Amino acid sequence: MRFDLTDEQKSLRDMLTQFFGERFGGAQGVEAVARTTLDAGLWSAVAELGLAGAMVPEADGGLGLDLLTATVIAEVTGHYAVPAPVLPSILAAWLIATAGSGEQKGKWLPKLLGEGAQAAFALAEEGGWAPADWTLEGAPLVGTKLYVERADSADLFIVGGSGGSLAIVEAGHATLTPLDTLDRTRPLFAAAFDAAAADILTTDAAVAGKLFDALCITSAADALGAASAIQARAIDYAKERKQYGQLIGSFQALKHQLADMSVELEPARPLVWYAAHAWDMGQEDAPRMAALAKAHLTDISVQVARNAIEAHGGIGYTWEHPAHLLLKRAMADRSALGSVNMHRERAAVLAGW
Amino acid sequence: MDLRYTDEQIAFQQRVRSFLAEQWTPAENKKDPAFITRFRQQATDAGYLYRGVPRQYGGSEQAPDVIRAQIIREEFAAARAPMEVPGNGVALVTPTLIEWGTDEQKDMFIKKTLTGEYRWAQGYSEPGSGSDLASLTSRAVLDGDEWVINGHKIWTTLAQYATHMFALLRTEPDAPKHKGISYILLDMKAPGVTVRPITQINGDTEFCEVFLDDVRAPASWLVGPRGDGWNVSRSTLKHERNHIGSSTRTMPMFRSLVKLAQRRQINGKPAIEDPRIRSALVQIEGYLQSQLWAGYYQQTLAANNESPGVLGLVNKLTTTNFFHRVAQLSTEIIGDDTLLAPKQGRDRGGDERWVNQMLGSLGQAISGGTSNIQRNIISERGLGLPRSGSEN
Repeated sequence: MRFDLTDEQKSLRDMLTQFFGERFGGAQGVEAVARTTLDAGLWSAVAELGLAGAMVPEADGGLGLDLLTATVIAEVTGHYAVPAPVLPSILAAWLIATAGSGEQKGKWLPKLLGEGAQAAFALAEEGGWAPADWTLEGAPLVGTKLYVERADSADLFIVGGSGGSLAIVEAGHATLTPLDTLDRTRPLFAAAFDAAAADILTTDAAVAGKLFDALCITSAADALGAASAIQARAIDYAKERKQYGQLIGSFQALKHQLADMSVELEPARPLVWYAAHAWDMGQEDAPRMAALAKAHLTDISVQVARNAIEAHGGIGYTWEHPAHLLLKRAMADRSALGSVNMHRERAAVLAGW
Repeated sequence: MDLRYTDEQIAFQQRVRSFLAEQWTPAENKKDPAFITRFRQQATDAGYLYRGVPRQYGGSEQAPDVIRAQIIREEFAAARAPMEVPGNGVALVTPTLIEWGTDEQKDMFIKKTLTGEYRWAQGYSEPGSGSDLASLTSRAVLDGDEWVINGHKIWTTLAQYATHMFALLRTEPDAPKHKGISYILLDMKAPGVTVRPITQINGDTEFCEVFLDDVRAPASWLVGPRGDGWNVSRSTLKHERNHIGSSTRTMPMFRSLVKLAQRRQINGKPAIEDPRIRSALVQIEGYLQSQLWAGYYQQTLAANNESPGVLGLVNKLTTTNFFHRVAQLSTEIIGDDTLLAPKQGRDRGGDERWVNQMLGSLGQAISGGTSNIQRNIISERGLGLPRSGSEN
């Protein structure tokens, strides 16, 4: 019985903390989001890390790691509000390796794992985000998908269709409309497919369910990362900012607010780890834990991020300060993939209530 | 991450199960105090209880093993078998005596504390010394081979049933406030001890005031060095850190809350079908599951002698907040029954008993260091923020 990350997961976390910390640990994030398109230099540096193959079996050229490891990665990318689609690439590569034919794997895995190809999930529709809400029919695909992250630089789309089917559509086969996106670290697009050639990956709704749960779990970890980053910034600020002749961090009102953030965030990390572990083990409770973790972590993360900005005072309310990037990151994690109430209802139904 | 037990641990789990199947039976004996005492002795002989206490003082003296301790807790809970005698005697006095006591003190007190024959009152808080405990003024003066004790203790849990008190008393009035305190034991039947139970907002009388007027205790009942009582009182059961992040109280309470929501009606339908109630239940379960897995994580860290960092400091508030959230939702579910006073004593009454949860959860927020004191601890020891106030 060992409920902890492995040494490998911890070193990966430390390595990525250093890698992204150097790039986005200060105020650089604000400059980074001034550009609306994917930073090619950043993306090629990320691609060199080989993260895209994290969950691809070694036999297919990947690292053969699990969703728990991807969850650890997601917390770091959330912590630094990394403006690059790291998790979508990991999960797209996993999906193709898991559900794809030999031909599909042969075509896409080398691109994703070796050539820095970028994948984008096209799942959400007017009716919702979950597999049961997908309505696009077969191949060729007709219809519009919403909130597709970094669709403008994507080489392929993973498109959700009716009955929980999933298909690959190559770039150039969708008409993209940029959305003026709150979270500028992950710009969103509407993608219209007009009789687009679609290569069906799977019609097994169980695979779509697993993908959706994995997206929920990593989104929860991303929000946790953003919230703990902004709390850490608020703590640092409280240790240097003086008012009334003393550090503001010596005032109990502020200390208690910062302590309450720890009360929310610290126990939540083991919950998202467990949700990922349950997914990795294919446990019966995995979908319910994914819903519970998504609702709980994104909900508390937004609350913490809000309070942490308040703790900064006026400087936290400025565009130049990176605090808002983290708040918006957490807000996007909270809303994407379905609302908190939607996931709580899902957890209630799955409990048989 | 590997949530399975090893073969060795599974074998241990089987042994505990067989032990319970043989010894914690039959049902009619389970309310018989003599049977429970015998059962505890057998469980101690088998190495399941009092694992951190040496055999010569009535313990089972087992090597620390967090996972075994967890297996024992799980199996005893599943069989609804009693574990160690509850209260301050086992949790606080015994580890303090093991660390600081003289051989005479250990011989005299530990065994009878483990059997429940000696019950201990904690003489710490005073009317003028709550959160700022080290400002306490109750004093002990050495007169020949006896301490003469005068003062006033308060919030003393179950003092009316206690046989002894472990008290923090000022013995060095001229020393700085943390340095002038000694840890002294006294007999609650000694002349000069007056106990006055305090009626709480829920009508219970768990707490007492204890007046100490020229109470005499043997000089040899000083535990640890004179004037070092503050430090001595910090001893806690480090052996297997049994208490960390435990869900043994929160999990059954959540199950009761779900049953309540399934049984009660709102607008002619089971409360659990009300979208607000469903959503609130899952929200509370998010906190419960966080506490549960944070507990397993902390047990793993303890087993590897690693520090849990800030997480280790938030457990009391996590539990307090959970109880409060349960209380709030339960009053929402029971509706007008919240207007009724909960019954006292053995009569459980109707659903208005959940009002006790609202009142009791408030007690949890105050006792053992108020929630605001916990927030000071988290922010200062955990987050490294400066101390507040002029004196500390």
